[in-house]
Amino acid sequence: MSVAIKVEDLSKAYQLGEIGTGTVSRDIERWLARVRGKEDPFLKVGEVNDRTVKGTSNIVWSLKDISFEIEQGDAVGIIGRNGAGKSTLLKILSRVTTPTQGVVKARGRIASLLEVGTGFHPELTGRENIYLNGAILGMRKKEITVKLDQIVDFSGVERYIDTPVKRYSSGMYVRLAFAVAAHLDSEILIVDEVLAVGDADFQAKCLGKMQDVSKGEGRTVLFVSHNTGSMVDLCKTGILLENGQMIMKDSIESTVSKYISRTSSEGSYKGAPKAEKPFIDEVRLLSDEEAGRNVFTTKERVNVDIRIDNLVNQPRNLTASIVVNDQFQKPIFASHLNLDDTKKERLGLKAVIPGDLLLPGIYYIKVILHIPFVEFIDNDADLIKFEVEDEDKTEHSIYKVSNVGVINSKTQWHVQ
Amino acid sequence: MSKTEVAKGSEHWDLVLRPQTSLFQLNLGAVWAYRDLLWLLVRRDFVSFYKQTILGPLWFFIQPLFTTVIYTFVFGGLAKISTGAVPGPLFYMAGITAWNYFADCITKTSTVFKDNANIFGKVYFPRLIMPLSLVLSNLVRFAVQMILFLLTMAWYYWGKGEHGFHFTAYIVLFPLVVLLMALQGLGLGMIVTALTTRYRDLALLVVFGVQLMMYSTTVVFPLSTVIEKFPKISWLVTYNPLTAVIETFRLGFLGSGTFTWGLLAYSIGATFLILFIGILTFNKVEKSFVDTV
Repeated sequence: MSVAIKVEDLSKAYQLGEIGTGTVSRDIERWLARVRGKEDPFLKVGEVNDRTVKGTSNIVWSLKDISFEIEQGDAVGIIGRNGAGKSTLLKILSRVTTPTQGVVKARGRIASLLEVGTGFHPELTGRENIYLNGAILGMRKKEITVKLDQIVDFSGVERYIDTPVKRYSSGMYVRLAFAVAAHLDSEILIVDEVLAVGDADFQAKCLGKMQDVSKGEGRTVLFVSHNTGSMVDLCKTGILLENGQMIMKDSIESTVSKYISRTSSEGSYKGAPKAEKPFIDEVRLLSDEEAGRNVFTTKERVNVDIRIDNLVNQPRNLTASIVVNDQFQKPIFASHLNLDDTKKERLGLKAVIPGDLLLPGIYYIKVILHIPFVEFIDNDADLIKFEVEDEDKTEHSIYKVSNVGVINSKTQWHVQ
Repeated sequence: MSKTEVAKGSEHWDLVLRPQTSLFQLNLGAVWAYRDLLWLLVRRDFVSFYKQTILGPLWFFIQPLFTTVIYTFVFGGLAKISTGAVPGPLFYMAGITAWNYFADCITKTSTVFKDNANIFGKVYFPRLIMPLSLVLSNLVRFAVQMILFLLTMAWYYWGKGEHGFHFTAYIVLFPLVVLLMALQGLGLGMIVTALTTRYRDLALLVVFGVQLMMYSTTVVFPLSTVIEKFPKISWLVTYNPLTAVIETFRLGFLGSGTFTWGLLAYSIGATFLILFIGILTFNKVEKSFVDTV
């Protein structure tokens, strides 16, 4: 196997805060330094990118000294929290921006999907947009003509193909856009969370297509997603980024579990204030006796204690959600509460997960503050790990979770 | 595969991304590879312009017609600037048609980075494609306005029986004239768009800067008049690289204009200098502008 992408000591610095005032004098200063053959004075003071700690300089390293190789035909998942440098890495690899230091070498064409439907023009018809979008993504007109039928077929919008896309529903729009992207012929494909589009049917179709691409067609694929569950299905290798540094590159399973162990906290989560936005201040798991705990018996209730702060300019439809995941980070269930009726600056919530619901095993819980289908207000809370233990050695203990699932179904049996 | 073959193979890379690539690297090969995109963008601009307008491409006519009427009234009627044997409206329309193309190229190009920040931030293609597509789609508009100009000429010649103007052999320079206008507009526009990613003030400057610049070219007056009446400041107009272009254009189509090969050569030189600086600044900025916009 040969190497498809080789990254050597890749770093990227960003300037924080206002760009504008003082830029002319700073530009001159940097230019003078370069002319005299000195190091850029504004890069020296850079520091590790940790957004929760207030830095002393306004240059941060979004990526710092990243080196790795990706084999041809590999499917690689890039994992990390918000601000870990995932998007920056993708942007550099897809040539949208340049590295500050280091080199990237690649074999074959790189096509990147940082967004679906880039360059779609509302006045043009579906067919015209297929050509335009395809060309923007690097396809020749001939290639598109050859694949036009496939693309239209995949998108499932045949009837509307000669209608301007401004008359499309948002679902149709996204289907068409993804269909174009899915038929790119590049040797290396870079995909950024675009799978979270369309209805469930279409999502499954996209996922299937992505699997074909990475497994069947032998192309090199790089994914970035928050959804570690689908990542395990799609990828072979994982790269874990944290604060702009590469923590590990290993099989996807061990990378995901490392990520989970690094981002989940044992007992509770303490949030950092966000300017002008509501944020999750604290999440704790409590027993019925109000004691902080992480191990519960099957019969016990799990009380999720949530504190939300800074609700001053509360956006409409603000919703608090809890999501409970299994040990592989696949969601089991979620529950939501609309906060429109609350009128307090600080808010305490308690979500009670009933007993006799989960089978023994390891679970993770995440609290999210969001406006449904519009935006995430606070999606930064750590996963909180908790364990459910068997209290009275029921029949469940002898089965493995992977065989019997996680729900205590309480199914009634009758022998007739 | 033997080990030596692997070692050999690992030396060849299709793509190498480094922090500082040479300023002079033009990547015309990449532009050529994306030529289909260029045509599709030109088509998009044209189609989206006249869709959902009642008059459609007729709008291309309206602006030069009205401007000509106003200039005829203000500069011919009130200021009484002589246009020689050539009827005033034809004189102005020639200037306006040429000037419009140049001005459209510069104003459209000068907002390339701002207008396409979203696309540029999401996908790679040679950025030069965008300004090139603008210059080409403006060419369509220019062609339509040229037809209007020729129709007006015909109407004056046969309809009104005025014969103070005629084609001259210099008309063969027309393709060169168009190229010079396009490249100057492109070059200046690229300089402005590259600088506006950091210094927004320039965007404001362009709007009235282009207006001011019009008065230092020979759109509303003949070069000969300036040299005769204001010999001391006539260099301002003479050495504007666009003056020679417009004068040549007028000489070719109307038979009136001050033309020397030296001035044209100067204009060509200046055009390539502007274009060179334009491509240089554009190249430098395109690699990092996503981070500063």
